[in-house]
Amino acid sequence: MTPPADDFPCDRFVELVTEYLDDALPTDERRRLEEHLDVCGGCGSVLEQFRTVIRTTGVLGEDDVASIEADRREQIMTTFRQWASTRPS
Amino acid sequence: MDFSDDAALVAALQTGEERAFAWMLDRYDAPLRRVARMYVATDAHAEEVVQETWLALLRGIDRFEQRSTLKTWLYRILMNIARTRGVTEARTIPFSSAVNATTDGAEPTFDPDRFRPPDDPDWPGHWASFPPDWEHEPEARLLADETLAVVAAAIEALPPAQREVITLRDVEGWAAAEVCNALELTETNQRVLLHRGRARIRRALELYFESSGTS
Repeated sequence: MTPPADDFPCDRFVELVTEYLDDALPTDERRRLEEHLDVCGGCGSVLEQFRTVIRTTGVLGEDDVASIEADRREQIMTTFRQWASTRPS
Repeated sequence: MDFSDDAALVAALQTGEERAFAWMLDRYDAPLRRVARMYVATDAHAEEVVQETWLALLRGIDRFEQRSTLKTWLYRILMNIARTRGVTEARTIPFSSAVNATTDGAEPTFDPDRFRPPDDPDWPGHWASFPPDWEHEPEARLLADETLAVVAAAIEALPPAQREVITLRDVEGWAAAEVCNALELTETNQRVLLHRGRARIRRALELYFESSGTS
């Protein structure tokens, strides 16, 4: 294993991944980080790992709650109609 | 009909327009239940919390001043009801959780042993041994039910403030500014919590891939 040929430490990179992905780093810091990424395969792997974390977490939001059931929907709409009927028109 | 214009939606709700409320219900009932489920112990309780939330929305709509979006306001109502309910169920998320944002569950993203020590003559702070490369993990494995269960369990085990941020940002896909607004966090604290949460999920996945072999 050959260490990357720059002075941006990897233990710093791993703390900045989320800031980098949110585009929240100062321009100069971002440039140094990207130059480090160009030469450091380990940090490249970490960036990919975080992207995988974000993607798999996002899948949980797609399918683990059923959309609203007809009975529940009707029940809540009934509550709404009762509320609406008391509104001054 | 599309009620994506917030001012029009609020006005329609205030006049009791049924289509406006139905539009909200179809759009938000499922994600609200998913967020509620963070705070309470069962799906049935989450359904009740969301039902209360809809009622509270109707009761409060005349007083809603549109200083935030209706969506943010709706989720704030939900989180207040769900937190109160969660307290009685002893799944407490303290209101003050954000205060300790930077210290609550603070730990380095990677074990310090993974890096060369600060006094390393050549490459202080660089990898002692490279982290595993997940790029060769087949797509089917990354998105398999078992992998998703590992992620879900890791989220469940997060400190409360991290769990809230991860759920809104990465599960529900909200923008950073929306999360800051709904949880009343500074940008910095939001990002710290998000990063710590992601780091813990990453560790859980790394352990899982190691223990199940191919990584």
